[in-house]
Amino acid sequence: MPEHAGDDARGPLTELTLARVRELVREPEAVFWVFIFPILLAAILGLAFRSRPPEALPVAVVAGPHGGVRLAALSAQAEIKPHLLAEAKARQALARGKVVLVISADDPPVYAYDPTQPESRAARLAVDSALQRAAGRADAFIPGHAELTEPGTRYVDFLVPGLLGMNLMGTGMWGIGFSLVVARQGNLLKRLVASPARRSHILGAQLLSRLIFLVPEAGALLLFAWLALGVPVRGSLLLLVGVSLLGAVAFSGLGLLTAARPRTIEGASGLMNLVMVPMWIFSGIFFSTERFPAVMQPFVQALPLTALNDALRAVMLEGAGLAPLLPELALLAAWGGISFVVALKLFRWQ
Amino acid sequence: MVLPLQKAESALRCRGLVKRYGDVVAVAGLDLAVERGECFGMLGPNGAGKTTAVEIFEGLRWPDSGEVEVLGDEWRGDGLALRRRLGIQLQETKFPDKLRVREVLSLFRSFYPRGLAIAKALTLVALEEKADAQVRTLSGGQKQRLSLACALIGDPELLFLDEPTTGLDPQSRRQTWEIVEGLKARGRTVLLTTHYMEEAARLCDRVAILDHGKVIALGTPRELVASLGAEHVVEVTVDEGASAALTAEVLAALPSVEGVAREGGRWRLTVREVHRAVPALLGALAERGATATELTTHHASLEDVFMALTGRRLRDA
Repeated sequence: MPEHAGDDARGPLTELTLARVRELVREPEAVFWVFIFPILLAAILGLAFRSRPPEALPVAVVAGPHGGVRLAALSAQAEIKPHLLAEAKARQALARGKVVLVISADDPPVYAYDPTQPESRAARLAVDSALQRAAGRADAFIPGHAELTEPGTRYVDFLVPGLLGMNLMGTGMWGIGFSLVVARQGNLLKRLVASPARRSHILGAQLLSRLIFLVPEAGALLLFAWLALGVPVRGSLLLLVGVSLLGAVAFSGLGLLTAARPRTIEGASGLMNLVMVPMWIFSGIFFSTERFPAVMQPFVQALPLTALNDALRAVMLEGAGLAPLLPELALLAAWGGISFVVALKLFRWQ
Repeated sequence: MVLPLQKAESALRCRGLVKRYGDVVAVAGLDLAVERGECFGMLGPNGAGKTTAVEIFEGLRWPDSGEVEVLGDEWRGDGLALRRRLGIQLQETKFPDKLRVREVLSLFRSFYPRGLAIAKALTLVALEEKADAQVRTLSGGQKQRLSLACALIGDPELLFLDEPTTGLDPQSRRQTWEIVEGLKARGRTVLLTTHYMEEAARLCDRVAILDHGKVIALGTPRELVASLGAEHVVEVTVDEGASAALTAEVLAALPSVEGVAREGGRWRLTVREVHRAVPALLGALAERGATATELTTHHASLEDVFMALTGRRLRDA
C-alpha cells in the first residue's frame, strides 16, 4: 500500500506556494483589485490631471476706424481670441468676465482691464506686443521656448510611482494577512501544524506567492503607464525591480505582523486599516509629503510607504542610482525585518 | 530471514493528564493506553474533555501535568519525525474553497516522505469522481471524507479521528463508518472520539467513557453493556395521579429487574428478560390503580451505561 512519491511529486514549499497562487488566480475579485484596479486608477487620474494646451484669452476690440486692422492683427495670435464689439457691448462683456481686456477705438488705443487678474495682465502683454508689431515695431531678438509638458514632470508621472507603492502595500498586507486569518479561522493553520509541514514552509510559501504575484502586478501597471501615459523609467530597471521587491517583502512582514493574532476577518480588517490608512494619507501617494508641516515630517518620513514611494520616484523620475536610495531602502528593510521577527514571536497557530 | 521481536509497546499511553483553562478543568487526571491494531473510542458528552485530550495526544496542546507517549515517543522539539507517523483529522477543517480535491491531497502528500498515491487515497474515501472538483462544491459529507483522506495520505501508524461524523447526515455517517472499518481490517490503530454511542459500539474494539475530564468506564462495548447486569431496558411513564404509589423498592422487587432509575415522570428499569419483567410491571401498576401512558423496551446500549453511571444522557448532558 505505501508508495513512494512519483517523479512528479513536488516539495512541500512548492506545493504550499502553488496552493496560494491557485487560490488567488481563481478569485476574480482578487485579480481585479491586484491587477486591474491600479491601472484603472492611473488611467482615470491621468486623464483628469492631463496637461491641457493653454486656452486663448478672450479680448474685445471696440468697433471703429482701426477695428478691422486690429482684429486681423490679434487673430493671428494663438494665445488671444479677439471679438469685435460695439463700445457698450464691449464694456458689458468685460464687466461680466466674458472678455479679460477691452481695446478702445482711440488711436493710440486704451487698454481697459483689471490688473489684479493674472489673465488680464497676460492679455495686456500679448495684445500690446501684437499691436505694436502690427504697427511696425521690430523684435530686437526672437527667443526660444522650452515648454515643460514633457514626460517626467507631469502629475501623472508623480502619480504612477505612488500608485505602485500603494499597490505593493495593499497586496502585501491583504495578500498575506487575509489568507492567514482565513486559514486560522477555518482551522486550516491548525491542521497544517498537525501535519509534518514545517512552520517556516507554511509562512515562507505566503511570502513566495507574494513575490511571484509582484511580477505581473507591478509589471502590468508600469507597462500601462509607459505605453499609454508615457511615464518614463529613467533609472535602472533592475534597481526598480529591486526596490519593488524590498517594498513587497517589507509589507509582507507588516501583513504577517497584523495577521499574527486576530482570529476573525473583522478583527484583522480593523488592524489592517489602522496600519494602512495613515500611509494612504501621509505617504505621498497622490500629493507630495512636503505639504505636511515640518512638525509632522519625522512621522511622515518614518513611514515605510513614504520611503518606498520616495525610492520609486527617485528611480523612475530622477534616474537615481543605488547610493542615494540607501536611507530609504534601509528604512524599508528595518520595517520588514522587525515586523517578521515580532510576528513570528506573536504568531497564533491555532 | 529472522524478524526482530516486535516490542510490545502501546500505540498511545498517557498517565495523570491534567489540563485546565482558568477555573475549568478540561482534563482531570486521565490515564489511558491504546494498543496497536485496535480501534479505541473515547465516548462522552460535549465538554467531557475528549477534544482537549486528543489535541494533547496530537501534540497541539500541552498538558498542565501528566505524561503522554505516542508510538513510544514523547512530544519534543518540532515533533516532525513523530508527525510523519500520525494521521490527524480535526473536528472541523475548512480547506481552501478554490482548490481542487486532488490539489489538497497533493499538498498534504508533499509533507510526508512516504505515503499513499493520490488515486489510492481518493479510492479509500470514495471521492474518485470528485478528484477535479473544487472544495467549495463538495457536500458536508464529502468535505469530511476529504479531511479523512488528508489524515490517511501519509499512511499513518496511528490515526486520530476527532468526532468524524458529527453533523453528517445518516448516509454520510455510514459511509465514514465503512471507511474506518476498512482501516481496521488492515490493522491500523485508530483513536476516535464521538458522542454517538452507536458509532462507538459499531467501530470500537474498546471504549473509554469520559465525563468531566475523567474515564468513568473502560472496556469493550459488550463488557460495558454487560456491566449493567442486564441486557434490556424498559422505560415506563405512569399517569400523574397514580405515580405516587409507585416506588423504586416496588419496581426493584419485580422479577428479572436488575436496576431502577427515575428520570422525571419516567422510570428506567434494567432487566434481564423482558418477557418476564413487563407482565409483572403491568400487574404491579394495575394493583395500584395506575396506568402506563408510555412503555418502551430496547437492548441496553452504551448510552444506558452512561446514564447508569451519571444519571444524564450523552446527547444533552
